[in-house]
Amino acid sequence: MDMSVLIALPVIIPLIFGALSLVVLNNHGAQRLLGMLGTTAVLAAAILLLWQTQIHGIKVLEVGSWPAPFGIVLVSDLLGAIMVLLAAITGFATAIYSLKTVRKRFERFGYYPLLHLLLAGVNGAFLTGDIFNLYVWFEVLLVASFALLIQGGERAQMEGAIKYVTLNLLSSAIFLTAIGLLYGMVGSLNMADIAVRLTAVEDPKMVTLVAMLFLIAFSIKAAAFPLFFWLPASYHTPQVAVSAIFAGLLTKVGVYALYRVFSLMFTGEVEFTHQILLWMAVFTMLTGVLGAASQYEVRRILSFHIVSQIGYMMLALALFTPLALIGGVFYIMHHIIVKANLFFVAGMMYRLGGSFELKELGGLYKKHPGLAVLFLIPAFSLAGVPPLSGFFAKFILIKAGVEAGAWWAVAVALFVGLFTLFSMIKIWNEAFWKKAPEPAIEIPAPVRNKALYWTTGILASMTIAIGLFAQPIYVLAEMAANQLLNPQLYIEAVLGGGQP
Amino acid sequence: MTTLMAILIGCLYAASIYMMLRRSMVKLLIGLILLSNAANLLIFTVAGLERGVPPLIAQGAETITGPTADPLAQALILTAIVIAFGVLAFAVVLLHRAYEVIKTDDMNEMKGTD
Repeated sequence: MDMSVLIALPVIIPLIFGALSLVVLNNHGAQRLLGMLGTTAVLAAAILLLWQTQIHGIKVLEVGSWPAPFGIVLVSDLLGAIMVLLAAITGFATAIYSLKTVRKRFERFGYYPLLHLLLAGVNGAFLTGDIFNLYVWFEVLLVASFALLIQGGERAQMEGAIKYVTLNLLSSAIFLTAIGLLYGMVGSLNMADIAVRLTAVEDPKMVTLVAMLFLIAFSIKAAAFPLFFWLPASYHTPQVAVSAIFAGLLTKVGVYALYRVFSLMFTGEVEFTHQILLWMAVFTMLTGVLGAASQYEVRRILSFHIVSQIGYMMLALALFTPLALIGGVFYIMHHIIVKANLFFVAGMMYRLGGSFELKELGGLYKKHPGLAVLFLIPAFSLAGVPPLSGFFAKFILIKAGVEAGAWWAVAVALFVGLFTLFSMIKIWNEAFWKKAPEPAIEIPAPVRNKALYWTTGILASMTIAIGLFAQPIYVLAEMAANQLLNPQLYIEAVLGGGQP
Repeated sequence: MTTLMAILIGCLYAASIYMMLRRSMVKLLIGLILLSNAANLLIFTVAGLERGVPPLIAQGAETITGPTADPLAQALILTAIVIAFGVLAFAVVLLHRAYEVIKTDDMNEMKGTD
């Protein structure tokens, strides 16, 4: 099989399945079948792509055979391929979970086509090597996420969606502005070509200015301090399957974009740009975790924790040492799986306990010990308890911080880890451990649903596997970090004529 | 001409941010529309303003000689306009629907999810 076509598959497959599900919009069975088939196919393509990328190095597809830097290129380096695989895993888990949780009404309003479109947008953003194309994929995934977010049309969803839409459109406009200025400066849109041409720009201050615009745009999308408040205002409003895939993937697209531009293009004034990143990372970690401590609704607690975890990923980029980037890539791998899983578990807590409010929950451990175990695994992993995946992610990062002498950041990272544990124990105590509140809320006889247990079970076992087999994951992250630190590999792959 | 455009674009950005900071949903929408237009004009301007020189290769020549208008920037703007149109159409419907559900135009009343 021709390798370079493989790069396009994670984008094309969801688009095709999205179109097919539109055709059978009124046939619920066919929609669900297409949902499962499509996400399974993407998963297979993503595994193949990562495998091939790991063996053969960075792979490039020149779309329409227009040679780089003139045409659009799709590039699969290790970071991109890893992100695509994570997106595929999340998409697959969401598809299983959706089988039993998404109402028919929403299916009729295009839940599945939107899900496929969202995946196509996310994968496109991870694989493109063209900065304007990245903007287009951002918009594709945004439009799909807008529509998914307001399915249901409740008041809370409207209020959340207004904030979500406004901030994301603002971020897109800033992104577009930055692209325009960059194009005016170097006259190219191909990221590898831009990286080469930026070294020849006479005024480095101007480059840093544009870099700051990119930083603002992407940090809004990643929900980093100070413009993160759209996330906890909106992520708890849609149905759980949607919340989970948003929590797993969308902010990470912003993080990925930051990793890409600040490792490939804007490496001229590292002391300045990455110092700002460091401060943003520290405040993102702190505000997220403190926000979570004051919340008593499961999904809102988890939403604030997304913010604080984004801080860790930015910290890795800010330190910009080999070990830190390994930690960053490892952290992203661990985080996407754990975060999506926690939202899935929250959805099951709602089905079995009748509420998302900690006050109204209780006694779940006694009634559903299986669910309790499934909650504990990702929750402890999020907090960084060994031997789960989160421990190694945090350990590598903090070691990198110590080596770089960023003491304040290390102190904050440790403190935030402790507070994350506090938050998770809070959920555990209230929802699982304490007695069910009296009078118990009338819950229509809870259906033990195998599909839901399977979803969270698979993701939880991945969390354990990443923890137990941390070495091969570490090696993979090390290779990805190595590519990030040596942008000439990326540049040679793209500008060196693509595939022989 | 470029200076004039720069001032105009600056005013558009300022006006759009100002509108977005108001309480009214309608003004928020106007702000978003102005913002996307400002970004498009910016791309148009930074790519170089050339008048009456289409990027055509003269008969018999191999490459373009002399300054011409940049077609790529215009392709970008065209794409951005289409995207902005779609997204803003969504925003109009969303705000209308939100008005029906929440029954107010005042953003200050929308604190239910904060």
